[in-house]
Amino acid sequence: MSLMHADQTAPRRPASTAGVMRWLLLATLPGIAALTWHFGWGVLTNLGFAAVAGIGLEAAMLRLRGRPVSATLADNSALVTAVLLGVALPPGSAWWLILIGMVAAIVVAKHLYGGLGHNLFNPAMVGYALLLVSFPGPMSLWPGPDGLLGPEARPLGETLRQFAGLTSLETLDALSGATPLDAFKHKPEALMAGEFWAGTPLPEGALTAWRQVALAWLAGGALLLYKRVIGWQIPVAMLGTLSLVATLLYAGNPSHQGSPLFHLLGGAAIFGAFFIATDPVSAATSRRGKLLYGAGIGALVMAIRAAGAYPDAVAFAVLLMNFAAPFIDYYSEPRVFGHPAATRGIRADAGEEER
Amino acid sequence: MAERFDFPGGITPPTRKARSTRAPLRTAPLPRRVILPLDQHAGAPAEPCVELGQRVRTGERIARASGLISAALHASITGRVAAIEEHALPAGDGRRGPCIVIEGEGEDDWLTLPSLDWRQAPQATLLERLDAAGVVGLGGAAFPTQVKARIRELHAIDTLVVNAAECEPYISADDLTLRHFAADVLEGARLMARLAGAERILVGIEDDKPEALQALQAAREASLAEAMPVEIRPIATRYPSGGERQLIKRLLGREVPSGGLPADVGTHCHNPGTLRAALAAVRDGVPLVERVVTLTGEALARPGNVVARLGTPIGELLHFAGLDPRALHRLVMGGPMMGEALGELASPVVKATNCLIAATRQELPDPPPEQPCIRCGACEEVCPASLLPQQLYWFARGREHDKAERFHLFDCIECGACSYVCPSHIPLEQYYRAAKQAIRAQRREAARADHARHRFEFRQARLAREQAEKEARRAARKRAAAPAARRPAGGDTQGTAPAADLRGLRIAHSAATAAERKAEKALARAAESGEADPASLDDLETQLATARENRQAAEARLQAARDAEEKPA
Repeated sequence: MSLMHADQTAPRRPASTAGVMRWLLLATLPGIAALTWHFGWGVLTNLGFAAVAGIGLEAAMLRLRGRPVSATLADNSALVTAVLLGVALPPGSAWWLILIGMVAAIVVAKHLYGGLGHNLFNPAMVGYALLLVSFPGPMSLWPGPDGLLGPEARPLGETLRQFAGLTSLETLDALSGATPLDAFKHKPEALMAGEFWAGTPLPEGALTAWRQVALAWLAGGALLLYKRVIGWQIPVAMLGTLSLVATLLYAGNPSHQGSPLFHLLGGAAIFGAFFIATDPVSAATSRRGKLLYGAGIGALVMAIRAAGAYPDAVAFAVLLMNFAAPFIDYYSEPRVFGHPAATRGIRADAGEEER
Repeated sequence: MAERFDFPGGITPPTRKARSTRAPLRTAPLPRRVILPLDQHAGAPAEPCVELGQRVRTGERIARASGLISAALHASITGRVAAIEEHALPAGDGRRGPCIVIEGEGEDDWLTLPSLDWRQAPQATLLERLDAAGVVGLGGAAFPTQVKARIRELHAIDTLVVNAAECEPYISADDLTLRHFAADVLEGARLMARLAGAERILVGIEDDKPEALQALQAAREASLAEAMPVEIRPIATRYPSGGERQLIKRLLGREVPSGGLPADVGTHCHNPGTLRAALAAVRDGVPLVERVVTLTGEALARPGNVVARLGTPIGELLHFAGLDPRALHRLVMGGPMMGEALGELASPVVKATNCLIAATRQELPDPPPEQPCIRCGACEEVCPASLLPQQLYWFARGREHDKAERFHLFDCIECGACSYVCPSHIPLEQYYRAAKQAIRAQRREAARADHARHRFEFRQARLAREQAEKEARRAARKRAAAPAARRPAGGDTQGTAPAADLRGLRIAHSAATAAERKAEKALARAAESGEADPASLDDLETQLATARENRQAAEARLQAARDAEEKPA
């Protein structure tokens, strides 16, 4: 029986689950700051309500399931799901949209599957994907990069009205602009990429804003890597594969494909690689498995972006690979000490015997 | 220092050894009363060979080994046998077991065996002596040393590894043993290397024991005249490098195959305390009646290492080391990673007691409540067997035993490194142990039917052997009765086609010998794993006995045929 624990030695890696979640939350701060700076108060209303809904729903579910409420809430996992969904939704989303997303995430994806550690799918992405499929309208209304404090910035009061659902869809539509990936996706077939970009298809500063947000997520991701909250395998494999596929596509047809850099920094790739795909519960678990899993996500993201109907594809790619994770786990076990070769597949080989 | 080979994973917990290494080795006061469990070694319990009220001298045998894998037990004080009864054992589950209780007379009147010169004495004599002295591995597994030494009969051994890594926190018994008796340990290693037929001795020691290392090097310098080369290899401190498999990998780059023994890769691995005990048994004729025990933990005012008689009640030893009963929160036998928490201060020191930790609440606190596994993979990174502990946990919890075995549950050495790092504070190795036990229980059920069959086969084999021997004796008598008259073409039935017959019998004989070796190996493996239960050992012993009968029968037949064919001079 092991009576000692790493938490007595202040290791670099957080030694408790709550600690892991705390560092995850901390690592989202640069990304949240950059998003807020560029897209205004709406980011914070999203986060605030998602957090309240997340904790409320988690507490209700724990009570229904007869589990200790406050002790389990202290693991911060509901808060992490709330923050990840909150930053993924268009800033200034209406409360009902956020609530539906959180119900799908916490109630369905998490607790109906057995709670923390038992969910097959990434809860935040289940919520996001459900909203994307069910409410494509509101989900595509991403505001322009009007800033938090600048002259164009939307005042807080306006954002709150929007959050309360009092702003009409037409007004919203007028206020919002497309995301870079969205705009590029919907460029006319005949238009060359160069011509498309020359025509200023995006609100002023949008591309810069998205890049800066991506870099802020990267900074948070670096913190997670440093604290060993996540391993390097998934982000590196995902971004590497994504870049590789993007490069191949771009090399094959530069006039109609986005550049690799555009695909890396133009959307949710960085955020997804460090904060979504790395959710350990729903990912493949062995180190080798994580490489395959990450690579699968990267390839799927590019496949959907290039040939699918959705401009950004991180949520669907992650969910699809969630399906594949148990399978990957059966085929990616490392070579066990004292065995000549790694075992593959589910069935034990005949020679397997107790020593 | 860069190492050429290494095992995967591992952790570096705080070692907490300084507390017990500051004081020199002391001798614990002679106990008034000792409690000697009959089952304090791997294998079958010993059988008492003393009567109630009988006076016994220190070192006198009080229980003999029963079965092939077992060890004798000796009186550790002089006095009278007061009881042979059930008594609390030093075990985490608080189980009780038969013990011989000796009430001391206060004096210490030794009965030793004649001294042997290990360089000259025949191997069989040395093995018998180790058996007679009840020497077992003192590193914690308590596997009978003579049985381990006999495994050499099945394998070529080239290297004798001295496992002085002592990687688990708190424990310093080997450290102190080496500081004080390095020369004896090396001589004991030479003795065991001779028995194993090894060509060299390799000492693996973690670099957090500079004094012991120095003592070892001095002892090596002093004995350079000896033929057997000794190499001392300090290794960086990392748990669990004292695991046999891990140490062999680290020192030699050899991987003991799954389900195999160190002998499979040409090594024997011994703990320094064992080597010293082996030497004492041979050179001085002193049976195993005492051992070095680390007494440590913050609830002790005078921690340190003591030489304690086996059977000394643990409470008495702790009292000697200044136990503050109010501060005592948890009593552990062994180390904090793999040891067992004891509930009973009255249980005795046994051959496997290398360390007693009297910990305060602050020192070894109760673990926080277990939380769900989030599959973070921290356990995978530290697993010294390259397992996927997160998967094993999943299957162990869900009682998916097939899958747990598929993911190599039985390659887990239960070192607890996974639990040490688990952010959800899951006592992972306890789940693995429970799963292993459940699987073994299922196998035992299946083996029960086999056992009846094996017993029947044994009976058949015994009858066949007796028949063959009878015939062999008759053949021999016949030959003796008519020495000169008999010529090659004699009328003996076995002599009709002697050449072909002899060849067939020789083949049958070597097949029977091979079967016997295989059975021996299976038994040794099961016993040395320390995991097999008495029933399955019993079954394996029956199978071995059958194989022996078969071999003897083949021998007798071969002999009879040879006798018949042999041309009398």
